Amino acid sequence: MSQESSTTLKTTPLIELHKELGAKLVPFAGWHMPIQYTGVIQEHLCVRNGVGIFDVSHMGEIDIQGKDAKPFLQKLVTNDIEKMSDCSILYTVMCYENGGVVDDLLVHRFSEEHFFLCVNASNTDKDFNWIQKLAGPFDVAVKNISSLTAQLAIQGKDAEQLLQKSSDVSLGDLGYYHFKKGKIHNNDCIISRTGYTGEDGFEIYVEWNKAESLCRKILEDGKPFKLQPIGLAARDTLRLEMGYALYGNDITAETSPLEAGLSWVVQLQKKDFVGKVPLQKQKEAGLKRKLAGIKLLERGVPRPHYQVFSGDKPVGELTSGTFSPSLNIGIGLCYVSPEHSKVGTQLSIEIRNQKVPAEIARPPFVPSRVKK
Amino acid sequence: MEVQKDLRYTMEHEWVRVNGTKAVIGITDFAQGQLGDVVFVEMPKVGAEITQEQTFGVVESVKTVSDLYAPLSGKVIAVNTELETQPEIVNAEPFGKGWIIEIELSDAKEIEKLLTPEQYIEQCEKEQ
Repeated sequence: MSQESSTTLKTTPLIELHKELGAKLVPFAGWHMPIQYTGVIQEHLCVRNGVGIFDVSHMGEIDIQGKDAKPFLQKLVTNDIEKMSDCSILYTVMCYENGGVVDDLLVHRFSEEHFFLCVNASNTDKDFNWIQKLAGPFDVAVKNISSLTAQLAIQGKDAEQLLQKSSDVSLGDLGYYHFKKGKIHNNDCIISRTGYTGEDGFEIYVEWNKAESLCRKILEDGKPFKLQPIGLAARDTLRLEMGYALYGNDITAETSPLEAGLSWVVQLQKKDFVGKVPLQKQKEAGLKRKLAGIKLLERGVPRPHYQVFSGDKPVGELTSGTFSPSLNIGIGLCYVSPEHSKVGTQLSIEIRNQKVPAEIARPPFVPSRVKK
Repeated sequence: MEVQKDLRYTMEHEWVRVNGTKAVIGITDFAQGQLGDVVFVEMPKVGAEITQEQTFGVVESVKTVSDLYAPLSGKVIAVNTELETQPEIVNAEPFGKGWIIEIELSDAKEIEKLLTPEQYIEQCEKEQ
């Protein structure tokens, strides 16, 4: 990476801490981010076996407040906002008029008239503009609070015990996809029981300029738990073992949420939402392709854009792929026709002109241990 | 970062240990550090001919795919089969048990084109 490019990258409030911790920093979605500290496999297993902390301050946060907040969100996103209660969180996508995905996001409800959204870093500006444009006729104020809001993810089976040490709210009764306002080391935080790893854990939103001292204190508290900082490389292998979709890879403006296996967040019975008509039509006509899990049956590493074959016939393409540190095999997600998407279908992945045997598998590739 | 004094190097971060008419080839400590956890090494078959500056295999880490370039031309006489099941040895011992192939040299004069340890250190400093 050249010096020129690094000067234009945004940095999180933890940049100095990352350097102290020996992180390897790389450009990611316009940010200078830690990709790894000790090594991706070791970090991955640290989260699977204990607890790890991630700086995800690059994620975008958008505040939606006003009398029409609920009906506006109901129009904006595909999932059903009506079923949310205060302090609950909803995973959803928002679509373009043609049914392509603008982004996937988490909706947090403070009250009927106040929500905040957590969106992908690479999409924050695009999302904010899109949301503002649609908000026109509604009585809502849309604010991009990304530059004021830092985010730490603490993930792994020891996360609750670790965080409870410094938290003034009880975490034991905080359910999956719920949040509480509380203090951690006396800093006002939003503590949500969510994550992108498949382990139990929390995502903490805190004021930008409080994040570094908070993170240092949590790292100190974490010593008895062998807490480690975890980079983006392990974040990707952890999410892919769960089969969680990544925007830009598995879901894009060119894919529909139905094809991506996200029909559970597309509530077609809702009266109206952006993209409903084409998605309804797509459902009725039947899907031409589906996002499916695939695992290599021989050694190798599947990568995005590798071609998937049935015999000699190309039947699809990988959108994500990696080496699974938990399973020691290559895993990925690919778009294939419905008849090739059934679990156990024998296919192959072309790696450097060689067809390596592979099999369709239903994610998660590793059992999820999120709190239910 | 370790650079061994008795080896010669390439710009692409391979090392070569010449011993008479034979040479052992691997990737450097700098290379394994840049790649991160190595999870797959694709090697040529014994008997294959490799050519200086041409690719002869691939190293894959979790994040990236990297071609291996032949430091010297020759015929492959041994490959490190241990790497088939334990590619992580490349990270742990890049100059030792993590060697990749051994060749019978076809042209010993090619050695002159390779970097000395001092030149290689300079190269790494430029890239850091």
